[in-house]
Amino acid sequence: MASYSDYIVGAPLVDTAAPDGPIETRWERRRFGVKLVNPANKRKMKVIVVGTGLAGGSAAATLAELGYQVSSFCYQDSPRRAHSIAAQGGINAAKNYRGDGDSIHRLFYDTVKGGDFRSRESNVHRLAEISVQIIDQCVAQGVPFAREYGGLLDTRSFGGAQVSRTFYARGQTGQQLLLGAYQALERQIDAGGVTMYSRHEMLELIVVDGRARGIVARDLVTGETRSHLADAVVLASGGYGNVFYLSTNAKGCNVTASWRAHRKGALFANPCYTQIHPTCIPVSGDHQSKLTLMSESLRNDGRVWVPQKAGDSRAPRDIPEAERDYFLERQYPAFGNLVPRDIASRAAKNVCDAGRGVGPTGLGVYLDFADAIGRLGRPAVAAKYGNLFQMYQRITGEDPYEVPMRIFPAVHYTMGGLWVDYDLQSSIPGLFVVGEANFSDHGANRLGASALMQGLADGYFVLPNTIGDYLARGVEPVAADAPEVREAEAAVAGRVEKLLSIDGDRTVDSFHRELGHLMWDHCGMERTAEGLHKALERIPELRREFWQSVKVPGSAATLNQSLEKAGRVADFLELGELMCLDALHREESCGGHFRAESQTEDHEAARKDDEFSYVAAWEFTGQGSAPVLHKEDLHFEYVTPSQRSYK
Amino acid sequence: MVINGEPHGPQKATTTCQLHLRHFSDGETITVEPFRAAAFGVVKDLVVDRGAFDRIIAAGGYVSAPTGAAPEAHATPVPKRNADRAFTAAACIGCGACVAACPNGSASLFLGAKITHLGELPQGQPERSDRVIRMVKTHDAEGFGGCTNTGECAVACPKEIPLDVISQLNRDYLAAVTHRR
Repeated sequence: MASYSDYIVGAPLVDTAAPDGPIETRWERRRFGVKLVNPANKRKMKVIVVGTGLAGGSAAATLAELGYQVSSFCYQDSPRRAHSIAAQGGINAAKNYRGDGDSIHRLFYDTVKGGDFRSRESNVHRLAEISVQIIDQCVAQGVPFAREYGGLLDTRSFGGAQVSRTFYARGQTGQQLLLGAYQALERQIDAGGVTMYSRHEMLELIVVDGRARGIVARDLVTGETRSHLADAVVLASGGYGNVFYLSTNAKGCNVTASWRAHRKGALFANPCYTQIHPTCIPVSGDHQSKLTLMSESLRNDGRVWVPQKAGDSRAPRDIPEAERDYFLERQYPAFGNLVPRDIASRAAKNVCDAGRGVGPTGLGVYLDFADAIGRLGRPAVAAKYGNLFQMYQRITGEDPYEVPMRIFPAVHYTMGGLWVDYDLQSSIPGLFVVGEANFSDHGANRLGASALMQGLADGYFVLPNTIGDYLARGVEPVAADAPEVREAEAAVAGRVEKLLSIDGDRTVDSFHRELGHLMWDHCGMERTAEGLHKALERIPELRREFWQSVKVPGSAATLNQSLEKAGRVADFLELGELMCLDALHREESCGGHFRAESQTEDHEAARKDDEFSYVAAWEFTGQGSAPVLHKEDLHFEYVTPSQRSYK
Repeated sequence: MVINGEPHGPQKATTTCQLHLRHFSDGETITVEPFRAAAFGVVKDLVVDRGAFDRIIAAGGYVSAPTGAAPEAHATPVPKRNADRAFTAAACIGCGACVAACPNGSASLFLGAKITHLGELPQGQPERSDRVIRMVKTHDAEGFGGCTNTGECAVACPKEIPLDVISQLNRDYLAAVTHRR
């Protein structure tokens, strides 16, 4: 039997479908190269879109506008409740409205560098090009972006950038952009172009003759499980941060749709690239079920510090200036408090490890607005951050106008995801993956305000163009009672039945919490071979225990949230192992993946470009059997990989 | 949900998921109920079906702007005053507390918020009359009651949507039905 840390190196991935030649014209040439579907034929073609966040909502609406028959699925009660709604800070676009030296090339450069040279140049350049169209599109939909007195759009700066290119709608940019996409989707539902399946969870992918042909979904209200067939399937099901149990993701966020596709043959790329966001409200105790993010935009005006002396328990206002350490400003004078997320998080971890953390647990640093309030006045600070301050006060019971906020890093976003080519098609023909669910644009670290940009770029502008190329080549009809369809339905029914029949003595949450602890301790902000080996030993045991002793109350024929959770945790228990294996095999540090064995003298991430300048795409070969690693080499023609410096 | 008789509980501008138990005293009995309204069927326990809100939005709560057809964003400046008012209305999260708080089970605050959001912006003007007529019609057909200016909705609203969005709704509706060409 294969040992837990085994894997087999398979054939490299060479065809990414990206055109070559000058990078500025690649996307244009690809769009010209795609085969078109004539409007009369579009009406006969059916596309399933799973997920209704920024990527899924915008994709479903745009595909329906083009004339395709779209079926849209979400597990929430309404498409407007997708987790994109929680994004606070903003969305990047290379509009250069400030005249501060921004350009498409600079956004491209910043994003490749910010991703620590682990993303594809072609994809990132396309993203930067499309960024400007996104703002136009959203304004036309009535998204109420912040404006200046002259009536033009306001922007602000964000982590990892020295220009002001982030458009925002107070602290609820995600909500406003999602409402734009949701309203476009509702318009298509009304027009008959989209059939909406709310409170439906995808539990299996149907693959016929090697192509994605549909899904099996469970109606979460009636419990009815049935298959839905289509000519192509689009996954827009978000990231997998909840594998850590505690994260800033909504409680319902899960990997099931992606993982089911992975088990059916879709490669999973760079699973170990996870983003730990520096500014979250610290963990308060064991009872907690989720964490809350405080927007990164706060780092524009807030100053991060800890006491110089370890164990200094004085109240923050009693610590004189001279005895404070503004460690980000000290270590990174050029970017100061605006260094990228991975760097800010690790710096906070290091000062806490040195015993200088603050708050009851010692796992926290101050984010102080006293200077900003002194400089700008309280009303100006309130206008910019009022709702964030209010949210902080509501949760902690402390007033950030008076006392500095306490923050600590928390899991926030996952850069890894299903492998896709330039067309956003996975390794299963006919299965497309958009938004956070794919791995494509952020490399090993995502810059602030880039997730909303990528989700909308994929959904509004990329996928609707590229999916036509696949559909135009013709897809044979598939019978509703084809053996592959029946088999997928039976697999879902069997799994549901199994979960309910174990009737053990341990709750789903207790398994999830234990997995989360393992992942945070060994596959979190700092990873070591020793720790990863430990996790890789324990996770398969934990998975076995889960299938022997989990207790799932209730029945399958009704709304049963315990059952939903159990299915999701079962998949996390498989994903967690792959994440640790990926982290173990990548014996370098890059972006959010920090291997303690690979650091520079001043404790920065040390990349090993000679050995690891590739995308690690994993193939599933069966539970407990060694996966196959397919490498996609990364080539840099426009941005020369260098040691990232924010000093 | 409804806590001790109030949608989202006693804390001003706070949703249930942000409400902490420290706001209650030790040993206190807390009563919880689902949002109750004719148009919100109970699915199970505290879960209700708010699908009617989606159908109200589908009846015109949007600007028809097909992907790719948008003009340059700075082509139309929007006075900050209007942009700010649009934002305040757009802050609605569609939770349904306004409906649960209303003795008539009316969704006028929810509806008024969307009418105000889009009506305050230049992009929302071309469809303004049709929007309000269709949305009001759907609102009534879904079984929500009429507004009698009780004001409970605005008190319960966790996003502090002001009551004047209902005045805006009524003004727009009146203008639409009397001046519609």
